[in-house]
Order: sequence, then structure tokens, then C-alpha cells
Amino acid sequence: MAVSVDEAVSPGPVRDRRPPRRRSGGRGRVVIEVAVLAVLAAVMLFPVLWMIETSIKENRDVYAIPAKFFDFTVTLDHFKDVFVDSGGGPTTLSGSFLNSVIVAGVSTVLATVLGVPAAWAYSRFSVKAKKDQLFFILSTRFMPPVVVVIPIFLMYRQVGLFDTKLGLILIYTAFNVPFTIWMMKGFVDEVPAEYEDAAMLDGYTRLQAFWKFTLPLLLPGIAATAVFALIFSWNEFVFAIFLTSSDAVRTAPPAIAGLIGGTTVDWGLVAAASIVFALPVLVFSYLVRKHLVAGVTLGAVRR
Amino acid sequence: MSDPVSLTDHPVREASSTPPAPGRSRHLSDRWLTVAFISPALLLLLAMSVFPLLWALYLSFTDYSATRGGPATFVWFENFTAILTSAQVHLRAFTTLLYVVGAVTLQTVLGFSIAYLISRRVRGRGVLTTLFLVPMMLSPVVVGLFWRFMLDAQFGVINSMLGSIGLGQVEWLTKQNTALISLIVVDTWQWTPFIMLIALAGLTAVPKYLYEAASIDRASEWFRFRTITLPLVWPLLLIAVLFRAIEAFRLFDLVYILTSGGPGVSTETLSFHVYKVAFLGFNTGTASAYGILMVLIVIVLAQLYMRYLNKLKED
Repeated sequence: MAVSVDEAVSPGPVRDRRPPRRRSGGRGRVVIEVAVLAVLAAVMLFPVLWMIETSIKENRDVYAIPAKFFDFTVTLDHFKDVFVDSGGGPTTLSGSFLNSVIVAGVSTVLATVLGVPAAWAYSRFSVKAKKDQLFFILSTRFMPPVVVVIPIFLMYRQVGLFDTKLGLILIYTAFNVPFTIWMMKGFVDEVPAEYEDAAMLDGYTRLQAFWKFTLPLLLPGIAATAVFALIFSWNEFVFAIFLTSSDAVRTAPPAIAGLIGGTTVDWGLVAAASIVFALPVLVFSYLVRKHLVAGVTLGAVRR
Repeated sequence: MSDPVSLTDHPVREASSTPPAPGRSRHLSDRWLTVAFISPALLLLLAMSVFPLLWALYLSFTDYSATRGGPATFVWFENFTAILTSAQVHLRAFTTLLYVVGAVTLQTVLGFSIAYLISRRVRGRGVLTTLFLVPMMLSPVVVGLFWRFMLDAQFGVINSMLGSIGLGQVEWLTKQNTALISLIVVDTWQWTPFIMLIALAGLTAVPKYLYEAASIDRASEWFRFRTITLPLVWPLLLIAVLFRAIEAFRLFDLVYILTSGGPGVSTETLSFHVYKVAFLGFNTGTASAYGILMVLIVIVLAQLYMRYLNKLKED
């Protein structure tokens, strides 16, 4: 990665030489810029490619010194090992993937159900100290997870939510509601309130107007928001590791991290598990790429 | 995944043929709706965010320990003075500062440069952006594991590449000096796309006619960059930087996976130290006080963030 730092510096002198180059025609400069971009893209993508390679290498090639880039034997054993254990049954890792699906899915649905109506209300009506309320909501999302998890841990231990899926679902919902409200408020703001006013002139109540006219228009936004919430809970690690202890409840991130606990690490398996884990995220992010700016800033920045 | 009330079971417009009779006071029902729609979300946040923090605040004044159990006795500000005067904590604060400043600076410079280069391309912009964004969407667990493997001193690919161009081996994660640098590099790898994405949004929003006007005036490239591009992109970039600073400050997972705070305590950030005090030392009272102090810092940073965000929205 030291490589990338060097690359980052190199555009400096190039930029300094610009004025003369511009006069002599921009062709050379375009070539340099494209080359710099290509190198940077290669550096950014190399770790991902290397992980993919590792996941399909045989073990002796994984640990080969010097590293083998091209001439290795391709095998899909590591991917099989992720799901099927030596006895032929499902692995604990595959169970943790299932747990992740349940926890991320249910918490996303809950966050959507709670967040969308709230976002609509914040967008449409005058609420006392609206700005302060919205700030408070977003700031709960900024709290350091390691700090929040201490009292949550004690709380869960008290009420029996420790090491349960419900406990994880609740905390993930609480963690996604601020995001859903902020993200959805932007989408609701884009739908003119006049639609609802017109419907109400026709005799609908406000609630019916929301349900029949605004909500259908919001569906694409709701889908995008839900996908982000899903990604956030799918990727979450801190709550998952501190609020669970058994394999039956543990979600995929702590389970995958647990693979490197022992004295010897099966990196082929780690790579395969990571890829299985990351693939849905990449597919989903591609689906919501239009809303990426809003999504990754928790709905705060919209373009 | 999507809203449970999706298109399939949505009541179709046929209902519109029988509009219900108007009558109820509109204002009253609006008020009622607002409360009904907002309070469930707020109640959840109160229960899962505010209440825990208040409990942590209470614990921070006691000597409670999660393993010892038993009643907690009040020690008032003892925990706070202990933390604020502890040399250990000062060291962690310094490490965190180095890490946050180093990582965020590097990400900003790199991210902005990449965005600038991409914004000058006409063809292939979409593909390039998509490729650059991959690291950002990955879980920190996956990123940490990827890099831990690549940076391994023995069979890691980075050292292997260094070796093949005749450079010596570096103990990336197991030497005091290099571990923090490795952490910064990995965080930069993951989050440069974030800055790039937002800078790109700012850069593509700069109206073209400004550049055209400047080139009619024969303004130099550097002059155009300094007087048009930078001032217009800066507010948005600042938001991205603050956002990253908050995230870097509260970072835990990457440290946990990559170095576990080691070697020694060279990569122990404040977040990681809190974890050790709380879950390895089980000094819950002290850890709570520690956490409350961190929350205060986050609140200050978040206030700044919100202020600039409001400013951006007003413009």
C-alpha cells in the first residue's frame, strides 16, 4: 500500500507542469491523467482481486513465497468449506449467515415501518423545535458503538435479551431509524404537498391521502433507503460481537472474524467466507448507486 | 427488504370512486397524526440510545463492576478525574489524534485528487466511479481481514512484492512504528472512495459556464481551480471531512481485527481502550465515565457537522 502513497504524490509535479503542456496541446496530459487514474484504480482494486484469487487457490498456493499471481491451481473447495463441514452437515458459519439474513432483514423492515411515517410527519407538519429534534435523531447515530454497547450490554443482561436475535434486531432498528428518517425526509420533501391537499379537497383524510397518493410515489425512495439500512446492519460488527455469545445467535461478521482466532489461520476459507459475505452488499450497492451520496452521508447530503 | 406494505397488497386507486365524507377538523387530525407517526420512532430511540447513555452517566459516578455485581457506591467525580489525569489515557488520546488526522488528511487529499481526475474525463466516468467505490461498501471486518492477510510479514503479498523489487521485508502489523501507519493506510484504502464520491458530487455540480467565462478571460488552469472549483466544492468537502473525522474517532472494528491495539499499545485508540477497560477489566464505572467523555467529543464534532450542513442547505 506504500505504493499508493507514492502514486498520490506523483500528480503533484504533473499538475505544476500544466500551463506549458496546455499550450502545446492537451494530448500528453490526458494520457498522463488516464495513466494515473488507471494506476490508482488498480491499487484500490488489488486487495479485492487478491482476496478472490486467494479464495480459489489451493492451500499450498495460498502460502507460497513469493506470492503466486497467475500460475496456481483453481479450486472451489474453500467455498464448499464455508457451507458444508467435513461431516457433510451445514457449518456453523452457514448458520451465522442465516442469522445475519434474519437480523438484518427484520431490523430493516422495522426501521422502515417506524422511520417512513416519522419522516413524512417531519416533512409535512410543523413540529416544535423540528431542527433540534432532527439533530437529536441524527446524533444518536453518531454515538460511538463501543460506548453505547456498555450500558446496552448491562440492560440486555438484566432483561434477558443478551445473546438473542431479538436483542440484535432491536439495537439495529434503533441504529437504522435515524438514517431512515433523514434519508426519507429528503424523498418526502421532493413530493409536492399539494398532491395531498388536492386529495383532501376530494374528501380524503390526511392519512388516506398519505396512504393512497404519497406513499406509492415514495416507494422507489423507500426501497433505496431499505437497501442501505440492510447493508448497514449486515456489515455491523461491534454490537454483534458484544451482544452475542453462542453460535446459534451469532451473525456473520463476528463469525468470520472468529476464523482467525486460532493459532493457524485458513486464509483460503477466510477469503471465501469474506467474498460470500461481501457479494450481496456489492450487488445491493450497485442497485442503489444513484442514491449513494445521500446513503453514505446518512441522508444528510443530497445531490 | 423493502417496505412491508409494498405494491402487491397496496389498496389500489379504485377506492377513489367512493371518497369518504369530510368532516373532522383537519388541524386536529394533523396534530394527532404527527404525534402518532413520530412518537414510535422517538420512543425507540429514547429506549435504545438515550436511556442507555443516561444509565452510563449514572454508572460513571459509581464504582460499579459488571462482574463483581452487588450494589454500586457513589464515588462522584473520582472516575472522571482518574481518566482525565491518567497518562495512559493521554497516550491513547494522542494515538487517536494521530490516527484521525493522518487518515482523514490522506483520504481527503487522495479522494479529492481522484475525483478531480475523474471529473475531467467524459467517457468511462460511471465505470471508474463504480470501481473506485468498492472498498467503501465492504464491512470493516472483511477489510480488516483482507489487509491482515496481505500485510502478513511472512507470506503477505505486500512483502512478497517488495521482495521481488529488491526491497526488504517490513513487519507491517507487528512493529510499533509501522502498525499505526498500516492502520492509517488501511482506513485510507477503505474511505478514500467516500471523500471521492462526495467531492465528485460537488465537482460535477459546478456550472460549466463559470469555466467558459474564465477561459475567455484567459485565466490559468491553477487560477480557475483556486477561484472557481475549490470555493464551490469546499463546503461539501468540509462536510465529508467532518463526517469522516467522527467516524474515524469512533472506529473500533478495524483496530480490533487488524492489530487488537498492539503491538504493545501502539495502535490502541480511545475506542479500543474503552473496550479494554469495560470488557477485559470490567471496571464498568470507569469505562462509563470514559465513554461519556468520548460522547461529549462526538457531540461537539456532530454540532460542527450540523452547523456546516445547515449552512450548505441555506446556500
